[in-house]
Amino acid sequence: MIEPFNPSSPIYLQLCERIKNKIIRGSLVPGSRLPSVRELAIDSGVNPNTVQRAYHELEESGVTVKKRGQGTFVTEDPEILEQMRRALLCRHINHFVRQMKDIGCTEAEIVKSLNDYFKQNEGGEGQS
Amino acid sequence: MIQLENVSKRYLVKKALNNVNLQIEPGHIIGLIGSNGSGKSTTLKLIAGLIRPSKGTVLVEGKLANRRICAKVAYLSELDAYYSFFTVEQTVDFYARTFSDFNREKAEEILQFMKLDRAQKVKDLSKGSRARLKIVVTLARDVPFILMDEPLSGLDPMVRQSIIRGLLSFIDLERQTIILTTHELAEIEPLLDTVILLKDGTVVATERIESIRDKEKLNLVDWMVKNYEQ
Repeated sequence: MIEPFNPSSPIYLQLCERIKNKIIRGSLVPGSRLPSVRELAIDSGVNPNTVQRAYHELEESGVTVKKRGQGTFVTEDPEILEQMRRALLCRHINHFVRQMKDIGCTEAEIVKSLNDYFKQNEGGEGQS
Repeated sequence: MIQLENVSKRYLVKKALNNVNLQIEPGHIIGLIGSNGSGKSTTLKLIAGLIRPSKGTVLVEGKLANRRICAKVAYLSELDAYYSFFTVEQTVDFYARTFSDFNREKAEEILQFMKLDRAQKVKDLSKGSRARLKIVVTLARDVPFILMDEPLSGLDPMVRQSIIRGLLSFIDLERQTIILTTHELAEIEPLLDTVILLKDGTVVATERIESIRDKEKLNLVDWMVKNYEQ
């Protein structure tokens, strides 16, 4: 199955996100090789030029390193990986807090309801 | 590069294209979109040299698009155009004899990819398999331009996906350019990098997919509807 893309943000950015998520989840480990542009294009049903652009973007931000004649690899620089993790965390929190505020929650309420949630689900497998 | 300069096409009294100017750069997968009767098929046929403009010129790599342009252009018709008494294998042989740029090895690979049985007669194939066979004989040609008129229409989702994957697997964008027409916009959008929107025989817009999403925050379907409502 070709995984669908969400409609309003550029496809190359969504490809970048997917790859970063894989790195954070650990299914792409530091130092491992990314699929070639062609492989990823076929796999995700995306135009090779778009995949190329996503790879360029990842390289620019230091998340991947291109080795001549060998391909593109996930960086082994722990600082960049940590930065990426933190940026993703911030983004999710940002999104969550904005939605909570949209339904009229105060900061104290958000913190309390989060604590309550964790208490209730204690012993659960800590779903994110 | 493909250039259309002040091109108009008339069928008897009906105007199919009206003063179209277009430049198509190589190395892309381009979607030619628009409502029924907007001039998509006419545009493809003009580039393939199958019909001639009533006014203006159509150039492919600087050469006038006439019948001999088929040396540079592979054209997949929306109609079924082969001999129904041939087997799959005979159809491939026929194309190999007809076009000197036909890559027999590549054809075998695509046949396998598309899971076609080479001994089967064309007339006994399902619609989905006939569509796949058309893809095989079109993509197996080593030509700079591949034109496809409605390669996905009337096919089930599995066949459509195998065609999309087949396209991505067997084209070489460093040497080839694809122009296709379709109404399956949501499905084809990630495959394209550029769209040309036609309306009533004129070009309304030429855009990069990513800049439509980036600047207008719209997907292809919504963008087309918006342009048609204006």
